[in-house]
Amino acid sequence: MTEQVDILEARPSAWQRLRDSHLWHSFVTDRVAQLSLLVFVAFALMALLAPLLAPFNPYDPAQIDILNSELPPSWEEGGDPAFWLGTDAQGRDLWSTILYGTRISLTIGLCAVALQAALGIVIGLLAGYFGGRIDSLLMRFADVQLSFSTMMVAIVVLAVFQATFGTELYQRLAMLMLILVIGIAEWPQYARTIRASVLAEKRKEYVDAARVIGLRPARIMFRHILPNTLSPILVISTVQVANAIISEASLSFLGLGMPVSQPSLGSLISSGFEYIFSGAWWITVIPGGVLIALVLVMNLLGDWLRDVLNPKLYKG
Amino acid sequence: MTTTVPTTVTTAAESLVQIENLYKRFSISGDFLEQLKLRGGKLVREQEHVHAINGVTLDVRKGEALCVVGESGCGKSTVARTVMGLLSPSGGSIGYQGKRIDNLSDRQLIPYRRKMQMIFQNPYASLNPRMTIAQTLEEPVRFHNPKASAAEVRDKVYEVMQSVGIDPSWGKRYAHEFSGGQRQRISIARALAVDPEFIVADEPISALDVSIQAQVLNLMMDAQEKRNLTYLFITHDLAVVEHFGTRVAVMYLGSLCELAPTKTLFPSPRHPYTQALLSAIPRLETGRPGHIKLKGEVPTPVNLPSGCVFHGRCPHADERCKREIPQLIATDEGGQVACHAVEEGRI
Amino acid sequence: MALLEVNNLEVRFGLRSGEVSALRDINFTLERGERLGIVGESGAGKSVLGFSILNLLSRPGYIAGGEILFEGRNLAAMSARELRSIRGNRISMIFQDPMMTLNPVLTIGQQMVECLRAHRKISQQDAKRIALQKLKQVYIPSPEKRFDQYPHELSGGMRQRIVIAIGLLMDPDIIIADEPTTALDVTIQAEIMDLMLELCERNNVALILITHDLGVVSQVTKQAMVMYAGRIIEQGPTREIINDAQHPYTQGLMNALPQMAIPGQRLNQIRGSMPPLQKIPAGCAFNPRCEYVMEVCRSQLPEFTSSGGCRVACHLVAKMKLEEAAAQRVEEAN
Repeated sequence: MTEQVDILEARPSAWQRLRDSHLWHSFVTDRVAQLSLLVFVAFALMALLAPLLAPFNPYDPAQIDILNSELPPSWEEGGDPAFWLGTDAQGRDLWSTILYGTRISLTIGLCAVALQAALGIVIGLLAGYFGGRIDSLLMRFADVQLSFSTMMVAIVVLAVFQATFGTELYQRLAMLMLILVIGIAEWPQYARTIRASVLAEKRKEYVDAARVIGLRPARIMFRHILPNTLSPILVISTVQVANAIISEASLSFLGLGMPVSQPSLGSLISSGFEYIFSGAWWITVIPGGVLIALVLVMNLLGDWLRDVLNPKLYKG
Repeated sequence: MTTTVPTTVTTAAESLVQIENLYKRFSISGDFLEQLKLRGGKLVREQEHVHAINGVTLDVRKGEALCVVGESGCGKSTVARTVMGLLSPSGGSIGYQGKRIDNLSDRQLIPYRRKMQMIFQNPYASLNPRMTIAQTLEEPVRFHNPKASAAEVRDKVYEVMQSVGIDPSWGKRYAHEFSGGQRQRISIARALAVDPEFIVADEPISALDVSIQAQVLNLMMDAQEKRNLTYLFITHDLAVVEHFGTRVAVMYLGSLCELAPTKTLFPSPRHPYTQALLSAIPRLETGRPGHIKLKGEVPTPVNLPSGCVFHGRCPHADERCKREIPQLIATDEGGQVACHAVEEGRI
Repeated sequence: MALLEVNNLEVRFGLRSGEVSALRDINFTLERGERLGIVGESGAGKSVLGFSILNLLSRPGYIAGGEILFEGRNLAAMSARELRSIRGNRISMIFQDPMMTLNPVLTIGQQMVECLRAHRKISQQDAKRIALQKLKQVYIPSPEKRFDQYPHELSGGMRQRIVIAIGLLMDPDIIIADEPTTALDVTIQAEIMDLMLELCERNNVALILITHDLGVVSQVTKQAMVMYAGRIIEQGPTREIINDAQHPYTQGLMNALPQMAIPGQRLNQIRGSMPPLQKIPAGCAFNPRCEYVMEVCRSQLPEFTSSGGCRVACHLVAKMKLEEAAAQRVEEAN
């Protein structure tokens, strides 16, 4: 009935479409982003393959010899070629401990952010979509949560837990507790971002179209609106993982984080701190450098993503 | 496919949708805390409202294309959205084949959703950018026919895509791969996918280029003929109305000024506002038949003028117009007009 | 010498996917006090043309060739400093959205006075006097009150009047108006068009009106050109184009108007849509949509053919003219 004269050209393959995309183009022209991604992938591989890469298992007491404690890195005078980054105060190989520590730090960071995101997305969607009283209530709740700093909440909760249930139980559940505390303390960041995007998306006509079809609110929220708010979620997620890693490190440094037997990067830094003036600088400085590098590349990636995905800077 | 609501045998001029004395206000005073004000030492709650619709009564007859025209801010889109249940009225009621539907719950509305569909203004915003065209079109079919097999759904989508002139093999593409005119066709296909009998079209062509407007209008007229559709067509473009509409409702500041068959409204508009509106259409004819200049500007819908909402700009206004709200009266030509001057025979 | 003369203007955009031409072979002249309409659908390049006349293109667009002579001086080759003395002063521009021109944090008066004093050495009082006089010219009620108001306090129609008043401030020779009434309601639109017509006539200002609305063009302009995919396809006196369009696209555009069809019947649609800049077909850009397409249209770019007072870029028109001339010769020979 209507003549067919509009001809769309052959559809490029998925790979071709990625090559033509703005994301890819800005990636190949941005050195900082490339380097950051490279470093991040290296860290991720280190964490993932820690049991294969590490020459020693720092959790296995049989492989630890107290006589090897505080050995300097292999290039320093008195270093042992078996321990190329030296050993810590308990005689653990620092390289192996850092590999396992990165694994723990990243796990806690990712899991905490997954928890934050799950809470924040649901709350943000509800507040933004329904508006009115639900919105006011949830957002005031978020304000209250934000007015306590993450560290304060974490310190209070973890200290109370430690005092109530004892150190032993705490050490067993340390990782879970850290994930829960950091995850719950930071959800308002997500909720606010999602709510703002939902408010913008909700006004678009495709949402009205979905309502006219008769779809239920849950389906509209998750199937229609949520996929369109993924860009800001991606941007804040990278930054939030970095923040969560920092929070974990800070808590560990204060003695409320991972136990010495299973050190994260933070507790490693903390454990070496006592020896820094006795000359064993490497126990603190090397994990510290790793932590800084990890957090830095994540923040750089987050900045790059925000620049690329921000529709105000780029319309296409 | 199954029909959940029994349809009755209809005659040609039977009313399909009834809009009764509709009112819609929007609060512009923010949330509860912002509404609290100190007045003379007392804490009082104050709310300001935009009066978008003020007592509109209209019925849409089966098989017609009822066009609602007016300038921006006259409430025509609000009428469309209220009829579709996207907004709930502040007063009055909406009926569908005599049954009141504005107070139904979402679940109770579902049978009506498949009879009433909507086409939107902005082809760039009305399709979900993260869904393929096939997903967009399958969704309503699946939702309203949960028992349909995958093949049945695919056939239905194939049929509607073909009927709007979109190659069904393009279903795997996303909306941004299509031009504005093609997107509007897809939007129409989504509305047609559930085989509705009534379609509300909210400025469906105003975002499109002239040559594409003609394509989309033709498509809508073809669909009306083939599928026996009834349209409620919202537009500001009077040239389109003259071509497309069976009857025309002219709105000004949330009120209905004139309702008349297209055939009589264009040659002999009765309401002074309709006259001014018609005279302002840019025409291709040589020379410039001077248009009627209205004094002043459209008042804000926050503080409505007393009496006839048009009195401040009307060349025929008198004392009565400032005091008394005019009611719709029947004209000799078969239309209705709300104007004291017409009633008194002054114009 | 014509007031404005555009010769072989070419504008390109340097995109990631490669260079594309947004405008090609643009030639026209504008005399003092003349009113020229540029008609086209979105993507035809009409707004790009408006911007390039003032050399206002921003990256990735640039003028790749040709010249824009304003009183004999080439705007395309001028320094930024020289251009500033012409922009807003001798040639001013009015946009579709008044808020693009008006600064929301300054009052109307501040903006007008600032504009005047940027181009002329005059006192604050004189500037205010001129500004008020211009506001009166565009029939702003109680100009003294509006002078101290902010743009958001005014309605759309009022804002567009203010923008026109600002455009007139320096008594320019040319006003370029890019869809000045598209965002406005019909009744306001008619008033603004009347106002522009009156002001141009009274002050002998030349007007370039860029619009998609054939009705507006037919009522305001004397000369018109129709653009398609970056090229002019038909140009000449507006009356001739409206009453006797030669190019199949112009005809199609006109016939697609609802006024041109019998109420209730199908409209005369043009099939397909305008190609994007990257994918302009070979030969005549309109050929895939043209009802009268011939073999030559697919391979060869049509030259301009004179037809009455118009110039038309169409193989069919050229062929018909040739046949006409041949028939005439045969007649004469007999």
